[in-house]
Amino acid sequence: MDEVLLRTLTPTVIGILGRRGADFAAAEDAVQDALVEAVRVWPDDPPQDPKGWLVTVAWRKFLDATRADTSRQRREVRAEGEPMPGPGEVADDTLQLYFLCAHPSLTPASAVALTLRAVGGLTTRQIAQAYLVPEATMAQRISRAKRTVSGVRLNQPGDVATVLRVLYLVFNEGYSGDVDLAAEAIRLTRQLAAMINHEEVAGLLALMLLHHARRPARTGPGGRLVPLAEQDRSRWNTSMIAEGVDVLQTALARDRLGEFQAQAAIAALHADARTVEETDWVQIVEWYDELVRLTDSPVARLNRAVAVGEADGPRAGLAALAELDPALPRHAAAAAYLHERDGDPVTAARLYAEAARAAPNLPERDHLTRQAARLNAQLRS
Amino acid sequence: MAKYLLLKHYRGAPTPVNDVPMDQWTPEEISAHVQFMQDWAARLEGTGEFVDGQALSPEGTFVRYDGEGRPPVTDGPFAETKDLIAGWMVIDVETYERALELASELSAAPGAGGKPIHEWLEVRPFMTEPPTITE
Repeated sequence: MDEVLLRTLTPTVIGILGRRGADFAAAEDAVQDALVEAVRVWPDDPPQDPKGWLVTVAWRKFLDATRADTSRQRREVRAEGEPMPGPGEVADDTLQLYFLCAHPSLTPASAVALTLRAVGGLTTRQIAQAYLVPEATMAQRISRAKRTVSGVRLNQPGDVATVLRVLYLVFNEGYSGDVDLAAEAIRLTRQLAAMINHEEVAGLLALMLLHHARRPARTGPGGRLVPLAEQDRSRWNTSMIAEGVDVLQTALARDRLGEFQAQAAIAALHADARTVEETDWVQIVEWYDELVRLTDSPVARLNRAVAVGEADGPRAGLAALAELDPALPRHAAAAAYLHERDGDPVTAARLYAEAARAAPNLPERDHLTRQAARLNAQLRS
Repeated sequence: MAKYLLLKHYRGAPTPVNDVPMDQWTPEEISAHVQFMQDWAARLEGTGEFVDGQALSPEGTFVRYDGEGRPPVTDGPFAETKDLIAGWMVIDVETYERALELASELSAAPGAGGKPIHEWLEVRPFMTEPPTITE
């Protein structure tokens, strides 16, 4: 069974039910039920026309769920005479779904869950597994989200930025369950980029592709973190990098810079270096300057300080770091790295150990602990 | 979202305000306490924030490896152990502040006299998955 096809059809079928008069919450429930049935039935009995099958079954589920008989009959009659929407209408419907599921009235986590279900076509169980919560909890999160947006009328385009924020979250904070959420985020962003000509949509797609391309090299045995400088660059996916660079260049040519384009540009410069020594740190610092200007984000400033350390030497990096709040996440790790490069392994070892204690995840903590251990072993010998 | 462990201690937490041992409560007070915990968990499931809740028996055993081919060595329970976990709730919430808010609600569970125990709960963040984008 082609699960991706099934997922791709989800927003289309929700759109068709919507055009037949179903409200979003009911249409989405009906399509989810139809998806679950498709997963059950299709492997043994694949339909000739998957979309037609889904529409028929989802519509039946919808009718079963709505009790008002008179309106039901009216709907039934109307639906039968109705032609399937054309490609333009399908794209419009799908785009509206992106906006609705990322509506600003939703919390980020609710928007993520709703997007994955209604736009991504994942089942509640899959989403729950991906985010390591019970299915009942995820079901509630989704139904609350649907209640929150139930009054929203989408007769004008929503805010692209909120959609991008949700897709970025799916990509960046995705857990590794059965579903590859990073790949799913790319699929959804690619689909969005095909429907809407927007430089930051392209910027985010490029950013995702450029990072995803490095994924095979980013972890070693047992999930061990391999830092960029030590990655085996022959394991980077060159065709994905080429696509990312291509998408980015087209976006940058529009001359409307945004944070995702700037981040993608930094990723592209890393991807462009065949060895770590060939990295163009001066240009990377320039892009961090842009990123800081666009976002004023402390995380961008921290990463900029590290890049300054590479471009102008560790002293310059430490000076840039000194201007930042030491309580920032990964501040100690950055300082440790720069102190080691500055020839001060004692301070570096102490800071690596401190950074390890504050690390928010295990691979990072293990990596930082190993750095501290490496320096301490050096200092003993 | 971030996951937090809310830890209840039999021993090892600072003394609660309403510090009467459970076996001194009336049966109705115990029922009210249990009901409160169940309602709290059910409500969190409804808000999409509940992950897990478990209670532990106070009696535990310490175990350690004793070399290849040898049976595990056991010891305890130790009366002098300072920290004794009674159970936990795991929540998945948007912010740290929300985790504190929920822990505080849980700490208001009724005890003796039907009054809140004001028990101290320990809030511990889970380690996450590493983010994809770091530089």
